[in-house]
Amino acid sequence: MLSLPFMQNAFLASTFIAIISGIIGVFVIARNMSFLTHTLSEIGFAGAAFGIFAGWPPLNGMLLFTMVSSVIVGQLSVKAARREASISAISSLFIGLGILFLSLANKTASYATNILFGSIIGISRTNVLQVLLLSAVVLLVVLFIYRDLKFDSFDHIGARVKGLRTNFLSIAFLVLLALSVSVAAQIVGSLLIFVLLTLPAASARYFAHTVSGMMVVAVGMALVGVWGGLYLGFVTNWPVTFFIASIECLFYLVALGYNHWRQG
Amino acid sequence: MTQSPLLAVEHLAVNFPDHQVFQDLNFTLQRGRFLSIVGENGAGKTTLIRTLLHQLKPSAGTIRFYPERKAMRIGYVPQFRNLDEEYPLSIRDFVGLNLSGFHLPWLSRKERQAVTTALRSTNLTAIAQRPLGMASGGEKQRAYLAQALVEQPNLLILDESTASLDNMMKYELLDLVKHFNREQNLTVIFVTHDLPLAKQYADEYLLLRHTGYEYGPIAELPEDALISNECGGEVSHA
Repeated sequence: MLSLPFMQNAFLASTFIAIISGIIGVFVIARNMSFLTHTLSEIGFAGAAFGIFAGWPPLNGMLLFTMVSSVIVGQLSVKAARREASISAISSLFIGLGILFLSLANKTASYATNILFGSIIGISRTNVLQVLLLSAVVLLVVLFIYRDLKFDSFDHIGARVKGLRTNFLSIAFLVLLALSVSVAAQIVGSLLIFVLLTLPAASARYFAHTVSGMMVVAVGMALVGVWGGLYLGFVTNWPVTFFIASIECLFYLVALGYNHWRQG
Repeated sequence: MTQSPLLAVEHLAVNFPDHQVFQDLNFTLQRGRFLSIVGENGAGKTTLIRTLLHQLKPSAGTIRFYPERKAMRIGYVPQFRNLDEEYPLSIRDFVGLNLSGFHLPWLSRKERQAVTTALRSTNLTAIAQRPLGMASGGEKQRAYLAQALVEQPNLLILDESTASLDNMMKYELLDLVKHFNREQNLTVIFVTHDLPLAKQYADEYLLLRHTGYEYGPIAELPEDALISNECGGEVSHA
């Protein structure tokens, strides 16, 4: 299986994606941003469709849309009371825009399917390099602001009292999240970003009680999911995304069961 | 005892667009003292703390710290934080969060030692690995205290930190704080509604009223300090 170049590319790309998804996911869960992540993925869909319409690689359109909108969405949804309504409005608008761009580009439904549900098997060596580069940028920035981001994400009140620049951290994290969404969408598609960016980290919080420990567990679960998904997809010829989603959901159910047993 | 000020508040006023919280507030807090700030709801206790923490700008007057604010390490223990029962971090990791800044991602040996010391001094060593979300109310408050102490602050602010605790836990927490106050000369500001607690632990009081304020040795704190007195518009300075 690994002698085939397209499978090599798929394994390489998915490995980097699993690593950054696990790491960023821990902060997504701590900052209660699961819903916002979902919105960014829908914005990513519109961006990819715009890319196709404009004759660019879909990833570039996705990056443009998610990076610009992440900051705007973040500012719009600062107040918890209006967060859900704002995010729902933005989601609807961007899904509509995505459909419009695809229609204007005269592309068939298979393009939409690829963007929405992922097309890891179609990833080229250039795509792998893009994913590698973007992952490296995300990791380096996280490394640089790690302690402050950790403090702000896991104890916002404490971080504010300490005088940390929590607004700057919030915007920096949104940009990192936008990058990660665009990268992760390459494999699971924009509709199932949840699967890699939130489920492993949401499960990890029941098994590990340090930030670094949660990252290790989340990355591990994401890696098992993408590697297992690729292998099972290759063997059965069923969609890779289906297997990844199933594996991650299974991990989540096991984590909830474990927590129930521990508290019981 | 030689006195050296840690905090001097002079002619401080804070106004919001719709009302004036306080005006011409003056007091000096000496190093190693335990000050209780008491007052009715809305009298400006939280506003004063937020101003001291530089989260609000004064409308007039000055706040001077010795050493200057940038060099000051202020530990802050709030009444509660938004941490639910699924909050995943262990007590140890939570305490270590306060060691922030642009450093290496992992804690140095010295920093790990500081966390261990803060945990030991707040009697949390035995449960340090337990997720904070699963800790009791009193344990959580001690964890917040340990986090505030891990950087060895010059000033510790307890912002209604005992309000949600039962009686036994209140005394347990304040006994600990008093210990640091005496043994390590830690200056403490304790915001509370609980006059008996303030009387038992504090050296001085600052009573904020809607109509003015009083500052003086704790023995002079009036028994009826929290009974609203809208007619007594006089500002006194004991």
